[in-house]
Amino acid sequence: MKLLGISELSLHFGGVTALFNVSLEVNKGEILAVIGPNGAGKTSLLNCINGLYRQGSGRIVFRGRDISRFPPHKRAMLGISRTFQNIELFKHLTVLENIMLGRHIHMRSGIISGSIYWGFAQRGEVMHRRRVEEIIDFLEIESVRRKPVGTLPYGLQKRVELGRALALEPELLLLDEPMAGMNTEEKEDMARFILDIAEEWGTTMILIEHDMGVVMDVSDRVAVFDFGQKIAEGSPVEIQHNPRVIEAYLGHQAG
Amino acid sequence: MRPKFPFVMDCGLFTTSYQEDMAVLFSPAAKIKVAAIIAFFLVLPYFVSPYFISVVNLIAIAVIGALGLNILVGFTGQISIGHGAFMGVGAYTVGILTTKVGLSYWAALPLAGIMAAMVGAVFGIPSLRLKGLYLAIATLAAQVIIVYTIIHWTSLTNGSAGIVIDAPRLGSASMADDRNFYYFAMLLCLTAIVCTVNLFRSRVGRAFMAVRDRDLAAAVMGINLLKYKVMSFGLSAFYAGIAGALLAAYLRVITVENFTVEVSIQYLAMIIIGGLGSVMGSIYGAAFMTLLPIFLRSAADFFGSFLPNIAHFLLSMQTALFGLIIILFLIFEPEGLAKLWKDIKEYFRLWPFSY
Repeated sequence: MKLLGISELSLHFGGVTALFNVSLEVNKGEILAVIGPNGAGKTSLLNCINGLYRQGSGRIVFRGRDISRFPPHKRAMLGISRTFQNIELFKHLTVLENIMLGRHIHMRSGIISGSIYWGFAQRGEVMHRRRVEEIIDFLEIESVRRKPVGTLPYGLQKRVELGRALALEPELLLLDEPMAGMNTEEKEDMARFILDIAEEWGTTMILIEHDMGVVMDVSDRVAVFDFGQKIAEGSPVEIQHNPRVIEAYLGHQAG
Repeated sequence: MRPKFPFVMDCGLFTTSYQEDMAVLFSPAAKIKVAAIIAFFLVLPYFVSPYFISVVNLIAIAVIGALGLNILVGFTGQISIGHGAFMGVGAYTVGILTTKVGLSYWAALPLAGIMAAMVGAVFGIPSLRLKGLYLAIATLAAQVIIVYTIIHWTSLTNGSAGIVIDAPRLGSASMADDRNFYYFAMLLCLTAIVCTVNLFRSRVGRAFMAVRDRDLAAAVMGINLLKYKVMSFGLSAFYAGIAGALLAAYLRVITVENFTVEVSIQYLAMIIIGGLGSVMGSIYGAAFMTLLPIFLRSAADFFGSFLPNIAHFLLSMQTALFGLIIILFLIFEPEGLAKLWKDIKEYFRLWPFSY
């Protein structure tokens, strides 16, 4: 079943074409890996999907609704969540507060009920705290829950960011290089979390990753980008033997 | 975010529910401490001179105003140089409603807050597009426009002559009496503090801090940036309006001189010195900035008794000294008095075995 449909998406920055005529479908429950050389337009694609960039032309349909003109916060409310390549956490806030912010769209208290913090607002905080603690347990970050995230090491920050994105209970989770800059052990942990998320919550994921080993092991399907265009799409095995992909990565064979 | 209380050892404390875990007064010692502080302020006016009470009253008013500005600047990361004018909106709302419409002060007080909130929210709309210095200039425009309106709309505001209001009365208690006003101001001040603390451990307050730390990530988490920025401006101006209305009841003469751009800057100084993004900092900063000129004056009197020229010199140096203190704080303790106090507490937490 189709969850996200992108048709003929183009994005330009002045004279530079970041994305050209990209069409892509994401099915419910699958992990789609997006790969490609640097500057291929992978992050631009994610930015278009969650509304940080406004595409020049093309349509994005999510759960049967055209969201092409929706601002980012509305897309979040529909169930699109993400992590960033360069961690974008709220660095003065604690791990708990960061993940609680992921629950923002599910909570209801306003200025007045929050200021009184009696009954309604307090019940809400307790209820959502329980949910947040489940995520903290899942990601194994119990020991740092009261630490400001700015003080945490890089690998843990990546994990907290994943936790914040998960707290939103997204239908579609966009992961922009979740394993960048990690050592093998941390990468294995992160790969395990991604597979567990797919299994436990059935969350659909779009994953940008450079580590081909991880991509081939984790993803159900792979889309390959080069110079803003999608040049191939298929199962990991198909992609490994696709001549256009080999050319994009390794260059043209001489003679 | 669990607040740390001074000199309260909270080791060996365990909780069994999230509600207990998220309580502000986490440990029994903290509860006792807060009760002791409240008791102290309840009996204070019976032991000090009327002059001292009037000083505390001014501090209480400044605390409410500073809390409001800190919500906007320290917690939401926006900037406003129009805070004084928003206080003016509150004060003039009270003045007009009590003298021209004939409402009682008690009915006019919440309306003053709401009126200021609406004006503040309108001037907060540019914050979606403007940041930093540009936003500062836009809010300076708010200051200028509001003061201009107050001076020139003479039929409503009496222009530069100002409005004289009667002291509000509650039963037989007149607020012209410093001690009565003290309890009234302290009640509002305590309410403002409690509400602010609560706000920043619940959904909206957290969203404000998210906007401050990383607005793009906040939007991706489902926070409507315009809505929350405008809400922050509105709430900040609401506090300012209440503080202005309180000042009106205290002075009983409402003139535009009390709400000029100097006042706005003074409030900015309070929260910078006290500590941006800190509730306690707002209180320390407000107390500091209110006490400093009084302290300087008594210092001038003291030295003036044997060095007559220095008294005049010290008094005229007051503004320069304000500037100097702000610069020193920005360089040496950008997180203000609140951080300074926290460091002292942290030191004594483990003292004398702080290895």
